[in-house]
Amino acid sequence: MEKKKYKEIVDKHTPKENILVNALTAFTIGGIMGIIGQGLIEFYSYFLTIPEKEASVCMIVTLIFISCLLTSLGFFDKIVNFCKCGLIIPITGFAHATMSAALEYRKEGFVTGLGANMLKLSGAVIIFGVVSAWTFSLIRMLLGVI
Amino acid sequence: MTIKYNNVYINTTSTVTGPYEANGPLGSYFDKSFNDLYMGEKTWEDAESKLIKEALEILYEKIGNKDIDLFISGDLSNQLAASNYAFMGENIPFIGIYAACASSTLGLALAGSLLSKETEKIVTTVCSHNNAAEKQFRYPVEYGGPKPKTTTFTATGGVSALISHKKEGICLESATIGKVINSNITDVYHMGAVMAPAAADTIYRHLLDTGRSINYYDLILTGDLGIYGKEILQEYMLKEYGITMQNYNDTGTMLYNLQKQPVYAGASGPVCAPLVTYGYIFKEMQKKKLKRVLVVATGALMSPARVNEKESIPAIAHAVSLEAI
Repeated sequence: MEKKKYKEIVDKHTPKENILVNALTAFTIGGIMGIIGQGLIEFYSYFLTIPEKEASVCMIVTLIFISCLLTSLGFFDKIVNFCKCGLIIPITGFAHATMSAALEYRKEGFVTGLGANMLKLSGAVIIFGVVSAWTFSLIRMLLGVI
Repeated sequence: MTIKYNNVYINTTSTVTGPYEANGPLGSYFDKSFNDLYMGEKTWEDAESKLIKEALEILYEKIGNKDIDLFISGDLSNQLAASNYAFMGENIPFIGIYAACASSTLGLALAGSLLSKETEKIVTTVCSHNNAAEKQFRYPVEYGGPKPKTTTFTATGGVSALISHKKEGICLESATIGKVINSNITDVYHMGAVMAPAAADTIYRHLLDTGRSINYYDLILTGDLGIYGKEILQEYMLKEYGITMQNYNDTGTMLYNLQKQPVYAGASGPVCAPLVTYGYIFKEMQKKKLKRVLVVATGALMSPARVNEKESIPAIAHAVSLEAI
């Protein structure tokens, strides 16, 4: 059978994903995450009188800690499955990806397992994060010069 | 290529599963089920090997001795680690085979062909472990990650079958060895679409080689196409070969409760087809509810490196014809 004809059969029997529902879920959860983050910044700067710049770092650390803890306790994957990109895109997703890989490969040794594989999923985020930050800084610098 | 066997029988089988399979509709048909996916071991890899070891223990108990001449075993792990480590202490000649999820029927086909004066009793085993497969082929287990609806869920289990010329159990009548088929599909989350053309090709050639019609069989079972792959196969068979699939089912859709269990499009893995066949179908055959059954286990010969290089996924299907005696 021709490639195209077979693809038609496959497409006919492939269920559509609920893009709208998924996007709305991610949008809502992502928004709630933003509110929680802002709430944490307010908490740190108001109650603990930490300057706002440092308070946002404390907020990030708190979110990373909570995600890692929930991943280690074994149920963050179920929450991620429901919330999808609402939790994957923020720092919680990065922490979850790193922590889950660390847990999985710990048994293969500290260096050969944990060390070599911990950034298996999140390594790409670091690499392309740095590359895009560099690119945009360059653009900004050039625009500033002009 | 279809091999016709003379007096080859599957005498005894054993089935071991994980918790998801035990909670499925066929849960009561299995010999032993573990509640925990670690099965008392420290790693997923050890747990996967344990599934074979347990299946063997149960088989030894059933036949009352350890008098085996040859082992044939397959699984999904890199370098067939699950099988190799399980058989390390057995001290009996061993052949490791890889046909992904079609390893079970390939094992039966080889066992039937290798029976001889020197090898009177051959045991074939396969195993798969959901978490070991997730770790190797997808993401770390705790990562989870949302998956599309067409994804299949690797079954956890180990099975063994004793093959000999002794007239007892189920008759292994013939076997059709499949070809490597290019599905032109690159989606690793749609294995049903990858394997359907391979299953169709093997079924068609089996019927052609034996001169049988599709109605000859009381039941045709494909391995692990899942809900959508099953629909694709039915339409493909009709459009490509003009064959309407009657008395047909897919073991991937039988092992779990698809409405209640979180298994997406159904079960997959080398152990999927034999768990359903040895656990449930054999009992139906022994009760004479089914007389002739064609089991077509399907394997996606997926290499993560080749898929990343944008190559399509090859697939294979091996069929065995089983008869009640």
